[in-house]
Amino acid sequence: MLENIIVSSAEIHSFIKDKYMDGFNYLLDITAIDYTEYAHVQEQDFALVYVIRHESFKEHIVIKTYLDDLITDSISYLFKGANWLEREVYDQYGIIFNHHPNLRRVLNHKEFIGHPLRKSYPITKGQFLREVDDLIDEMNNRLLSKDVVCKLDSGDFSECNKDLMFLNLGPSHPASHGTIRTYVALDGETIEAAVSEIGYLHRGFEKSCENHTYNQIVPYTDRLNYCSAISNNIAFVKTVEDMLGVTLSERAQAIRVMLLELSRIEDHIVCLAAVLVDMGGLTNYWYMYNPREDIYDLLSKLTGARLTNSFMRVGGMANDLYDGFELDLKEVIKKIQYGVEQTLSLIKHNRIFHDRTQNVGVISAEDAISYAMTGPNLRASGVTFDMRKDTPYYGYEKYEFDVIVGSVGDVYDRVMVRFGEIDESIKIMEQVMQNLPEGEVNIKDASITLPSKEAVYSTIEGAMNQFKLTYEGVKVPAGEYYGSIEATNGELGFFIVSDGSGTPYKVKVKAPSFTAMSAYPEMIEGSQLADAILTLGSLNIIAGEMDR
Amino acid sequence: MALNSQTLPIETAITTRLDEAIGWARESSLWPMIFGTACCAIEFMSVAASKYDISRFGAEVVRFSPRQADLLIVAGTVTYKQGPILKQIYDQMSEPKWVVSMGVCACSGGFYDNYTTMQGIDQIIPVDLYVGGCPPRPEALLDALLSLQKDLRTNKYNSQRHKDFKGELDNA
Repeated sequence: MLENIIVSSAEIHSFIKDKYMDGFNYLLDITAIDYTEYAHVQEQDFALVYVIRHESFKEHIVIKTYLDDLITDSISYLFKGANWLEREVYDQYGIIFNHHPNLRRVLNHKEFIGHPLRKSYPITKGQFLREVDDLIDEMNNRLLSKDVVCKLDSGDFSECNKDLMFLNLGPSHPASHGTIRTYVALDGETIEAAVSEIGYLHRGFEKSCENHTYNQIVPYTDRLNYCSAISNNIAFVKTVEDMLGVTLSERAQAIRVMLLELSRIEDHIVCLAAVLVDMGGLTNYWYMYNPREDIYDLLSKLTGARLTNSFMRVGGMANDLYDGFELDLKEVIKKIQYGVEQTLSLIKHNRIFHDRTQNVGVISAEDAISYAMTGPNLRASGVTFDMRKDTPYYGYEKYEFDVIVGSVGDVYDRVMVRFGEIDESIKIMEQVMQNLPEGEVNIKDASITLPSKEAVYSTIEGAMNQFKLTYEGVKVPAGEYYGSIEATNGELGFFIVSDGSGTPYKVKVKAPSFTAMSAYPEMIEGSQLADAILTLGSLNIIAGEMDR
Repeated sequence: MALNSQTLPIETAITTRLDEAIGWARESSLWPMIFGTACCAIEFMSVAASKYDISRFGAEVVRFSPRQADLLIVAGTVTYKQGPILKQIYDQMSEPKWVVSMGVCACSGGFYDNYTTMQGIDQIIPVDLYVGGCPPRPEALLDALLSLQKDLRTNKYNSQRHKDFKGELDNA
């Protein structure tokens, strides 16, 4: 396991700046750790953690600092993505960031009292919200930064030096995925200023992890990015396996690669179907959704569930492939290809599609990196970062596939990158199926994987083993570790703090949608209202993963 | 003879009770409004897509404006932050209206027993039908729809049924 770099709280700011100059300019995550109930006494009660990736994308560092008091300086002027990440730390832990432009809650509601991820906050203590945040002051600041001055009259905008109309987009609308609210100031149909509010689907994943064993957390991970549940399962269990220091059998690795690619396709299909519906192309939705139903059928046969599969376990997976899986997969691939082909035939040379998407919702490569956008959204801006190539795992280096990149970073690129990735994923799956290694899918270690049912029912050792593992969980060595994979929306990481027991002390998700969403208000400012809907659709924001 | 019988000769006059005629009309023209927030909303997409096809049951006119809908399907986790919005949408729907709670999160909070998830939407709005599952299969939602239609057909609709309901956000 990689050791964290520990820096004193007085030096943390200059240390990050130095690292930034050395090329560590891609901020993955900021989080805090509350050590008050930790098994081993630490220097201070609270620590702050920064995870930063190098511009070569080949390595990352984890920087930790113990906080003497709960105040530190903001780094949001270095990294645009730090803005929301610091807000989240403030919201969940109550750590103050000096010089932050807009330090307010981001996930919990405005009437919430306390900081829920502190160990002293009881997990089941809910608080009703009476009135939704009007976002007036946040919007006002945004307008002032654009030299628009408005009078505030009894908590509402009255006179502005520009003729503006204020409008809420969402949260309750399918185009805003039911959970994203964007408050816009419109000049005609042009968006003058926008502020987004998230957290409507904040369902306490990270706090729930702290009272479940590692394998019990797997079903929770399903519901992060529920469009591609298996890839979340894999990202989580892989991080735990790395902490345990175990390596899976070649067969298990190959199956994971295959299922990762299948879920990538599954996810891209929903995104593409939805963005085309947002554009008015309902026919594409039927073409794209039919193969998704076929994927559901295949996954139901394999895992027992359509959507939330919970198929992975620490040290392997629930069961091996069934006989005939290969044939079923081949059939599904054919149907996917047919659906993609039909959809592309409708849009590829379609003038309306081109006009609606090209040069719409553009984000430059520099901004995309500064906001720590990742996955297809980042690649659409022309950045060739794909963890499958840059930091390969599970033997991805053996497979032949291309990284699809765009050039402009507009809606068109984001859509077309996803179409391209579906083809590449199919290539990978076919290569895996051609050389699927034989062997076991679960590692043989009584302290990690469950014994066979035969052993459980016929021997006392087996029964005890099953009981202890289920009841106490897999014991992960004490330590702090950040692990990630290239999930469907980009780098999906888990930062896990273990105190040596069967339950994680802390889990933090580095969620691709969270950072993508923080870039959204800036992306739509200056564009047309209807284009804002397309831009949101093309970013593939999955609320479960964004709000956790 | 039932109103929806196919064998009625042309130019027939039917005597029936007004209740029954209204029930028949309501049964076949439910306009759902989807309050979709999470995984269940993805399953609702399947319900609407060609394989399961909710339009077979006369309820495909999905409206995303509460003022045009009479069946609220709450699909997905509702958090405390979402609460006032759900309540507002429910209040904006005109009577008669029905509420289906899709998935265990909406029914009871599901396995999210924590500080941010509302432990069932019936803490703030009245619910007519609960559909379990995480997420429920499309068939389960269609079954809920059919059973609601059956209730409407057989005149089980009672406009006073939620008269005494008082949610956490009422009189706030």
